[in-house]
Amino acid sequence: MTETWIVLGASSSMARAFTRKLAERGDGVILAGRTPADLERDAADARVRGAALAETVAFDARDPASFGPILDRLEGLEGTVSAAVFVGSMPPQAEIDADPSLIAGVVTDSFTGPAQFLHRLAPLMESRGSGTVVGITSVAGDRGRIGNYAYGAAKAGFGTYLSGLRNRLTRAGGHVVTVKPGFTDTAMTWGIEGMFLVAPPETVAADILKAVEKKRNVIYTPLFWTAIMGIIRAIPEPIFKKMSI
Amino acid sequence: MQWKTAEYSGWGRALRARGTLARPEKLSALSAALQGRGPAIGNRRSYGDGPIHDGGAAIDMTRMDRLLSFDAETGVVEAEAGITIAELLRVFAHKGWMPAVMPGTGFATLGGCIANDVHGKNHHNAGSFGQHVLAVTLMTDNGPREVTLQTNRGLFRATMGGQGQTGAILSAKLQLKAIPGQRMRVKETRISDFDSFLAAFDTSEAEYTVGWIDATKRGKRLGRGILEEGTLAEGGRPGPVKRSLSVPLDAPHFALSWPVVKLFNAFYISRIPDTSRKRTRPLEDFFFPLDRIHDWNRLYGKRGFHQFQCVVPLDKGPELKAILTTIARAGIASPLAVLKKMGPGRAGHLSFPMAGYTLAVDFPARAKVPAIFARLEQQVLDAGGRLYFAKDALAHPDSIAAMYPELADWRAEVAKADPEGHLETDLVRRLKLRSAT
Repeated sequence: MTETWIVLGASSSMARAFTRKLAERGDGVILAGRTPADLERDAADARVRGAALAETVAFDARDPASFGPILDRLEGLEGTVSAAVFVGSMPPQAEIDADPSLIAGVVTDSFTGPAQFLHRLAPLMESRGSGTVVGITSVAGDRGRIGNYAYGAAKAGFGTYLSGLRNRLTRAGGHVVTVKPGFTDTAMTWGIEGMFLVAPPETVAADILKAVEKKRNVIYTPLFWTAIMGIIRAIPEPIFKKMSI
Repeated sequence: MQWKTAEYSGWGRALRARGTLARPEKLSALSAALQGRGPAIGNRRSYGDGPIHDGGAAIDMTRMDRLLSFDAETGVVEAEAGITIAELLRVFAHKGWMPAVMPGTGFATLGGCIANDVHGKNHHNAGSFGQHVLAVTLMTDNGPREVTLQTNRGLFRATMGGQGQTGAILSAKLQLKAIPGQRMRVKETRISDFDSFLAAFDTSEAEYTVGWIDATKRGKRLGRGILEEGTLAEGGRPGPVKRSLSVPLDAPHFALSWPVVKLFNAFYISRIPDTSRKRTRPLEDFFFPLDRIHDWNRLYGKRGFHQFQCVVPLDKGPELKAILTTIARAGIASPLAVLKKMGPGRAGHLSFPMAGYTLAVDFPARAKVPAIFARLEQQVLDAGGRLYFAKDALAHPDSIAAMYPELADWRAEVAKADPEGHLETDLVRRLKLRSAT
């Protein structure tokens, strides 16, 4: 049976790497982003690599009106419909400190926008009795840190949403994978100081695909972040609040 | 466009640059980055200062790496410049196609292969990389511009082997080669000395040939080594993809010292029985023998290393022997020098190949190397040969001008394509490639 993925935030480095893996499996991909023209070359890449279908579509997490046409298109497809959500935004914490109204945009991009989209997609997946949702959250969502807690809070919110969606879709034959990448070498992190153990997007994409195939629930990628975050989560709050990591 | 300031280098790590780097992932970001006025660079597998721009900007093209189209009937593929040769092989080999020319590392990008008009182990019958490029698209201030040999012969030839000076290479259409399977049947033969080596190349009928020589041997044993002859064979991939190793740290300077190198070479050559042996290998093992050891350049320590690669005309075998003698006497050679016979195939004004024999030897970067190199450079010049920009870090402008007779034609095209000199690299400046002397 054919499987088609709607990839939200498809121009991101991680999404591109994951899309390639889907294409090489022969899945269909619909690449969604703010400027579909930029995505045409990615769609071409997917077709050459073997995607059963590769289209582009406009999607803006801050504009729910852009969701309807995408949902209609997905409705019209046969077979399994799956979704992978790579959207999110991470302005530097200093910019947020200077202009707290930016928090609304971060939360919309990273949490409420994609959550609304998935909520409207869920009935279709339930009716098909299949499909996978891959949601990218972040290690930043595990604990609020002074460096980027607005972004972390939005990702934490999205993580909790995915947990609930998993609970819902599982009983209808679907599945939800929550992915918490550590530092990844993407366009978003290019030039940011202080990163360590930076993983290439291909590694993250391979881990995600493996998690999809094995129906894992929550993964850290690369795997060693499981240990790092285990330690960070275990630090008692009275100590953690004085740390700057 | 985000820029970052970084110190970076070519593969040899002896020449370094500090400058700003952008790494666009989409066309709009590439256009913005080009306003930063710097050359486009790839995976920096060239050894010297070809892929660096000290004190200025450069554009890392490695994320512009999409496949754009493929025709399964004709084997014509179009891809963005940042895709690697290994990726092209991985994607297309099981469909019965592969790049017609592949350099010795699969990490080289498509753009880099064009900018250096690289050659492979089949140069003697397939020619250079650029001879399989059907069209190249340059990114200009006015958007993408496709160039072919038919529509703009001068610009096309200036781009093949042109060190990226005619414009940032955005994408190219390549004619792939149809292959019978995913295997290479390899025959390895021990060769006792230099003269026998040239004779062996002259009589070999294999499609792919390469010689590994022990450049520590002198006298009667000068040029002792192994001849590898490869023939494409039918059948699926033999064995699974092997895990790669990596060199995590810079090695201490004695890691590749003279005694270690001598020992290694002796061991490497003794693996081959006196007569010869045959085996079947996966394509990437044959084409990219060192790629499984990631960052092997760190074995040379933090000072880095140089590679000397020259080609001399077919009738200059004795002169090449003299060049190898200079290297052997200097006592600085590294494991596994490479010897190969080349055909006449070349695609651009500044292409390296000529019908003849090419020799490549690594040297650790040491104080005495520039003097030895200068002597070798003179020997190459006297033999009517030339040095290879993809490897060079030490040559001088005058000898380069004498080695590349089409330099003036190239300059004229480049002056039209990039009049302000925005795309100059450290190599272009060091060798005064763009300034008529």
